Amino acid sequence: MYFLEHIWLIPLFPAFGAACMFFFGRKLSKSAVNGVCVGVVVLAFVWACLAVWQYTGYSAPHPGKPFEKVVFTWLGTGDASLSYPTHDGTAPFRADAGFLLDPLSSIWLLFVTGVGMLIHIYSMGYMGHEGGYYRFFGYMNLFMFSMLTLILANNYALMFVGWEGVGLCSYLLIGFYFQRHSASTAANKAFIVNRVGDAGFLLGMFTIAWYLGSVQYTAINHLARSGRFSIGDPVITAACLLLFVGACGKSAQFPLYVWLPDAMEGPTPVSALIHAATMVTAGVYMVARSNALFVLAPNAMKTVAIIGALTAIFAASIGLVQNDIKRVLAYSTVSQLGYMFLALGVGAFAAGVFHVFTHAFFKALLFLGAGSVIHAMSGQQEMQHMGALHNKIKTTFGTMLIATLAIAGIPGFAGFFSKDAILWETWSREGGAYRYLWYIAFLTALMTSFYMFRLIYLTFFGKPRMSHEVEHHIHESPKTMTVPLVILAICSVGAGFLGMPHSLGGGNRFEKFLEPVFAKEAVVLEEQGATAQVAAGEKEAEHTDPLEYVLMFASVGAAVVGWWLAQRAYKNADKGYKEPIQEFSPRWYKTLFRKWYVDEIYDWIFTGRAKIGKVRLGAMGLGEASWKFDANVIDGTVNGAGWTTRMTGNLSVLWDKWIIDGLLVNGVAIVTRLASYPVRLVQWGLVQWYALVMVAGLVGLGAYYIVPESVWRWARQHWLTSFAGTVVVVAIAGFAWFAVSNRPDGPSMKETNGIPAAAD
Amino acid sequence: MAEITTLHYLVVAAALFIIGTIGVLTRRNVVIILMSIELILNAVNLNLVAFSRLYGLHGQIFSIFVITDAAAEAAVGLGIIIAFFRNKETVNVDEVDLLKW
Repeated sequence: MYFLEHIWLIPLFPAFGAACMFFFGRKLSKSAVNGVCVGVVVLAFVWACLAVWQYTGYSAPHPGKPFEKVVFTWLGTGDASLSYPTHDGTAPFRADAGFLLDPLSSIWLLFVTGVGMLIHIYSMGYMGHEGGYYRFFGYMNLFMFSMLTLILANNYALMFVGWEGVGLCSYLLIGFYFQRHSASTAANKAFIVNRVGDAGFLLGMFTIAWYLGSVQYTAINHLARSGRFSIGDPVITAACLLLFVGACGKSAQFPLYVWLPDAMEGPTPVSALIHAATMVTAGVYMVARSNALFVLAPNAMKTVAIIGALTAIFAASIGLVQNDIKRVLAYSTVSQLGYMFLALGVGAFAAGVFHVFTHAFFKALLFLGAGSVIHAMSGQQEMQHMGALHNKIKTTFGTMLIATLAIAGIPGFAGFFSKDAILWETWSREGGAYRYLWYIAFLTALMTSFYMFRLIYLTFFGKPRMSHEVEHHIHESPKTMTVPLVILAICSVGAGFLGMPHSLGGGNRFEKFLEPVFAKEAVVLEEQGATAQVAAGEKEAEHTDPLEYVLMFASVGAAVVGWWLAQRAYKNADKGYKEPIQEFSPRWYKTLFRKWYVDEIYDWIFTGRAKIGKVRLGAMGLGEASWKFDANVIDGTVNGAGWTTRMTGNLSVLWDKWIIDGLLVNGVAIVTRLASYPVRLVQWGLVQWYALVMVAGLVGLGAYYIVPESVWRWARQHWLTSFAGTVVVVAIAGFAWFAVSNRPDGPSMKETNGIPAAAD
Repeated sequence: MAEITTLHYLVVAAALFIIGTIGVLTRRNVVIILMSIELILNAVNLNLVAFSRLYGLHGQIFSIFVITDAAAEAAVGLGIIIAFFRNKETVNVDEVDLLKW
């Protein structure tokens, strides 16, 4: 049990390689780098094989019993000293650096280390001429460490460490040629979109921790299968949906797939390892690992299935018209991942895992083969400028053809068995809508076959469409590159037979191996109307529905039809070959070529790089809105305060000028002056005026003494008449006075005295 | 035929008084104003004499005082007029306005 006991060493081997590269990679020679980095991965693979072999022995008495080994307690103490409130009480938080090996993780362990080893060997030849050799292998080893941590973790927290690690390495490796602007942008895009998914993963993990009181798989599975929760429990549905968001980000499902095609900016071995075989399957792994929870949430599973199917056909439609060979393969990866999620969503967990397994081989083979083609074509990646290579690079052609046959689902090759299992499970799930998913998957299979054979014909057949210098340099790749291709090709054929379904007479050992992982779910799923074959649960004799053969025939037919259509259009492609879709409908062609404008829509809505009319949404829109708010509202308020102060100052001026100075100060003077006018009459200087005043006083005095009391009484009674009379008398007196005072002058003194006017 | 009673004397005196007052207030010539003043004084005299018939000789004695006073006043007044005429060459009271504002 030595290798099993020390299974935790497996991730540490590539970690050691990465550390070596980090500290003194620059000083090492190329062969030293090879020795260290490729060596540790080979060591990891060997160790993994031995550990799994020992595991089969360990779990023989109780099939499927997981082997768990806790190396140290990472977070929390396990006792009540670090408790957190759950939805019914408190729970001690515990997240160990623990490693778990059960059938599910052993499958992943084997193919991750195996394909990883082959790709590391391939990279020795591929990256031989590139700069930054040690950096590349350091990052690749770091990736292997993260991926293995992800797979072997026994709780969600440690899995998340690996989850983030693979995201980081994806960023580092996509942006390996960081001097190229498109590469660094693509790396940013991958990491950011991944991060969006990670937010969902974290929220899902927190929900699980809160609701179930633990993040360890064994505890969660125990709780989930104990019957405590009803089917369709809303919190569990929410947690599953949130986890699925994380899976969408990592495994490039709609709408978080946009990073994967741009990730082709990285070197081809990166595309093969990370974006075909390993990292993108992390989401599938996570959902499969959480199958106990997903089974309790049928709505979440339906969502998974629908999104998987839609992504599959969506990506396949875009792949029909792409011209870059790696981009076709990228969309193909997205599409096949959709198949895997479709399988998980309808409850066919074993079929989904089987498809992951076979897909890892043939997709890695396709990418490595594409790398070999690009190597032969001196860096040319566009299929428009390839052609007629099948005689010149025979090994590459042969292996790629095998991989294409596998992915298209031609019987005998790996993809046929896995894809067919998925299709059959989808059709036979009870409930009408699943038929539609089958139609979608069926169409996708046709499209897959079409675009893969289009790739083969454009690349390897037809007339040569490349420039002459490139044509002269075409050569087969070195052994270090072709040997992994051949090994993967063998696996692409052989892996399928591991999962030979009962209908074709096989024992379906793959499904049997995975049985215990998904076994309990079979009971639950049967209640929901799945067939007896679902989730590898049945041990009784399965009877084969004849419908299965019909559907098998139909899917093979779809593959053949796709092949035939591609052959018709592209077999003899010459320099100006026409795309049949473009001929059929240029508008559809343009839409598919522009990837359904999803990137443009994201630019509008989430980035805000482009405006919608006058409005800018998204992150940049938020920035612009903040700027506008700051400039107009906040600065406007500040300016307004200043304006108010100035206006108040003006008002103060007005108040001071008009009221204080005008009314109060000058007004007092004016009032005094006006009041002085009557008072001045006292000393007018006119003697006759003084005499008049004296006479008036005399008359008044006299009136007081002469006029009897009865007259005053009468006047008071008839006050209006007396007032009018007084006014009349005063008016007459006034007129008289006026007339008199303005009477014309009489003769002058001299005239009166008869003195003749002197001449003066 | 009505008898001439004291009332008649009083009315005449009042009439003279009013005429004199109007003359003081209205006339422009300073000399005429002095004459009006004399008229006032004489009206007063008439009043006094009329009442002395009824209440003893005090009225007539006081009237002698008033006449004397009137004469002195006329003399002084004329003196002022002559002094003023020497300065201003006019006897128009409207032109006595050196203290007018």
